[in-house]
Amino acid sequence: MTELLALHRTTKRYGAVVANADISLSLKAGEVHALLGENGAGKSTVVKTICGLVEPDSGFLSWRGERVILTGPADARAKGIAVVFQHFSLFDALTVAENIALGLDNGRADSALADRIRDLAQRYGLAIDPSAVVGNLSVGEMQRVEIIRALMQDPQLLVLDEPTSVLTPAEVEALIRTLRLLADEGRGILYISHKLGEIRQLCDRVTVLRSGKVVGETDPKASTPDQLAEMMIGQRLTAPSGKPPVNSDARILLEVEHLNAPAGPLGLSGLHDLTFTVLAGEIFGIAGVAGNGQKALLAALSGEFPVSSDSMIRLNGVAIGRMPPQARRSRGLAYVPPDRLGTGAVPDLDLSENALLSAYRRLAMAARGLLHPGKASHFAQQIIRQFDVRSAGLSARAGSLSGGNLQKFIVGREMLQAPSLLLAAHPTWGVDAGAAAAIHQALLDLAASGAGILLISEDLDELLALADRIAVICDGRLSKPMAVADADATTMGLLMAGEAVDAAH
Amino acid sequence: MLRIEPRPTPSRRMTLAAPLLALALTVATGATLFSALGHDPGAALYHFFVGPISDRYGLAEMGVKAAPLILIALGLSLGFRAGIWNIGAEGQLIFGAICGGGVALALYPYDGAWVLPLMLVAGVAGGMVWAALPALLRTWRNTSEILTSLMMVYIAALVLRLLMNDLLRDPDGFSFPESRLLTNGALLPIILSETRLHLGAAFAIAAALLVWILTRHTLIGFQIKVAGLAPNAARYAGFDHNRLIWLTFMISGGLAGLAGVGEVAGPIGQLVPVVSPGYGFTAIIVAFLGRLHPVGIVLAALVIALSYLGGENAQINAGLPLAVTGVFQGLLLFFLLACDVLIQYRIRWRRAP
Repeated sequence: MTELLALHRTTKRYGAVVANADISLSLKAGEVHALLGENGAGKSTVVKTICGLVEPDSGFLSWRGERVILTGPADARAKGIAVVFQHFSLFDALTVAENIALGLDNGRADSALADRIRDLAQRYGLAIDPSAVVGNLSVGEMQRVEIIRALMQDPQLLVLDEPTSVLTPAEVEALIRTLRLLADEGRGILYISHKLGEIRQLCDRVTVLRSGKVVGETDPKASTPDQLAEMMIGQRLTAPSGKPPVNSDARILLEVEHLNAPAGPLGLSGLHDLTFTVLAGEIFGIAGVAGNGQKALLAALSGEFPVSSDSMIRLNGVAIGRMPPQARRSRGLAYVPPDRLGTGAVPDLDLSENALLSAYRRLAMAARGLLHPGKASHFAQQIIRQFDVRSAGLSARAGSLSGGNLQKFIVGREMLQAPSLLLAAHPTWGVDAGAAAAIHQALLDLAASGAGILLISEDLDELLALADRIAVICDGRLSKPMAVADADATTMGLLMAGEAVDAAH
Repeated sequence: MLRIEPRPTPSRRMTLAAPLLALALTVATGATLFSALGHDPGAALYHFFVGPISDRYGLAEMGVKAAPLILIALGLSLGFRAGIWNIGAEGQLIFGAICGGGVALALYPYDGAWVLPLMLVAGVAGGMVWAALPALLRTWRNTSEILTSLMMVYIAALVLRLLMNDLLRDPDGFSFPESRLLTNGALLPIILSETRLHLGAAFAIAAALLVWILTRHTLIGFQIKVAGLAPNAARYAGFDHNRLIWLTFMISGGLAGLAGVGEVAGPIGQLVPVVSPGYGFTAIIVAFLGRLHPVGIVLAALVIALSYLGGENAQINAGLPLAVTGVFQGLLLFFLLACDVLIQYRIRWRRAP
């Protein structure tokens, strides 16, 4: 097979941080090549190097065996390199054809273009209507628009950055078929992901990155998922020890009944008639593709946007639907929010002040309006010790901690308030595997001690590993909860795509 | 080659050094400007910066001018820290002056011991009332407080002018648009004999202390800080943003009102159509020059007060135009903003590649 693009020992530094060190990578025509690595392993820097956005400090690139310098995205495009980024760059108000025309040098959204789009769509199984307005499309459809836009230039090398993080399982299957088709035509594909299953299913070669370095290159089909995970993480992970099953007569801690909320401020989507309970000692999981009402549900439960009627939400039997957040906290609610920097913690404040943020009321750190700094720093110290938070100490700014350590700090701050119910949203999103394992263990331990946990996550594996019962949220509606033993990937996939929600009721 | 690189963490030292550096650059630019105008730069700078405060009276005058600036800037700094922008302190000052002065004029010629306290309360209340409308519109209808508070300034100025021509005009004043002179009991006591330094200066220092305690040691201060640094985190923590809007507007409006009644019951001694040389707007510069910190604000207010005095003195003694005051204030703000870049960035010499 002919080599298309190769990186030869490229290194890129940002200040003191080495994002890429000595990366060598060879991408061949007709091959699907995976780049595997955790968040922060340096995958994005590789992508930016390939599309000409970043010039390596040392090392060089070659295209079809000849040394090249890519001066920018336009140059890369001219060579035949197309990139589909994780974050779409589409205009919601324009149609599919208009969006694609914008990416062409002299493109007009005429009928000839519409025909070309339909042609490509049919050939590669990317069902899309050229006259549809992008704002009305689902996330999966938007991604198809991006792929078609990339294919318009007939690229030799197609780069996809984390393409499946927002797709349902069925959409992932369709994407994999499309990519196989493209590779069989002799195009090269670089597939960037941290999902082992997809990589083993789709890719011919895999290059594993860890802390900016290539740690191995292998045939993914000849490796077990455990071997790939070990290469990616650099250590063998111990499975979290379980927790006792939920008692059949366990107390109901959280009772949500016919929860309705209109689509509202800050772009929150609506909620339609959600009903579920969380029992003492139980981890209740809510799965779903991002943007299907998770934020609105969290806002309703945490009290950031109280709902219209008190009795829609009961905590320990008390109707709390219209209470503000601090009143709910003093009744035993704790909350790990989905976004750690800027919501769960204030980046510019130190750890001791960040300990105050959610705990001042339940742990009485502000008597009669006066702060008690001693109590706050003592509490922060306790979090750091018990949750093994690596930092420069109490006076370290929250923004200076790594993602995993800051997340451990936030999880610790919420758990050490001895909540009766913990609301945890994507608790291990974007954290290193070691921290994720520690957080999982802490969640199990908290549930074992008798608290209830509502775990909202987009990571199915995480939910299936931890939850006792699980339900799927789609378009603001919740499927009927099922025991995790009954939840298989196919059913979950259908529910996440909104196809079987009614049947499940 | 000169390169500007982001710092890994903001420099604490530069946070303190930037205002001093800006001051030095302002003086240097001023000297260049003076010599370009054909003046001896040394003498001109002396008349501007040293002359006005070379005696006891001059120093007291600096305090007279600084007191309202400190009061207003302290109040504004609380809102600015929380990302709440009260731009209308000038209007709140004017309405405070109207209410405080109005009480004295209504009671005239009564001169009892409780007139002055009542005036002060009325002044504070007046500033609060004038600040309440932007706060109400913001919390109720989400209207930009920047616009509404600013527009209220012009309404207040016109209300004062209307009253000067009508209701509050001195009946024995030959139709001059001015009120009666206030009785002695309605004037703030002088705290430094044979100067004009009045009790308002003591209020300013006390307010600085209170604001320092508020920001440093109270839950409200913590909430203000979080709301400014990370609004989402404030919502997550359950801090009531509308309450913070009301609180900061009431404190800044009240302090501006106090500054207004302080002018009427202090150096002016009566209600006149123009009660402030723009203290309410200049205090915005003072607040930022002082890093929104109470101690910084006191120092910054003294510098700006000096620029008012310096302009007058340079006009009298060196024949420079009064506009020099505005030029210096503008230069100072300009250089401060430029120097602030050094907090987040550093300049490095590097050989061209």
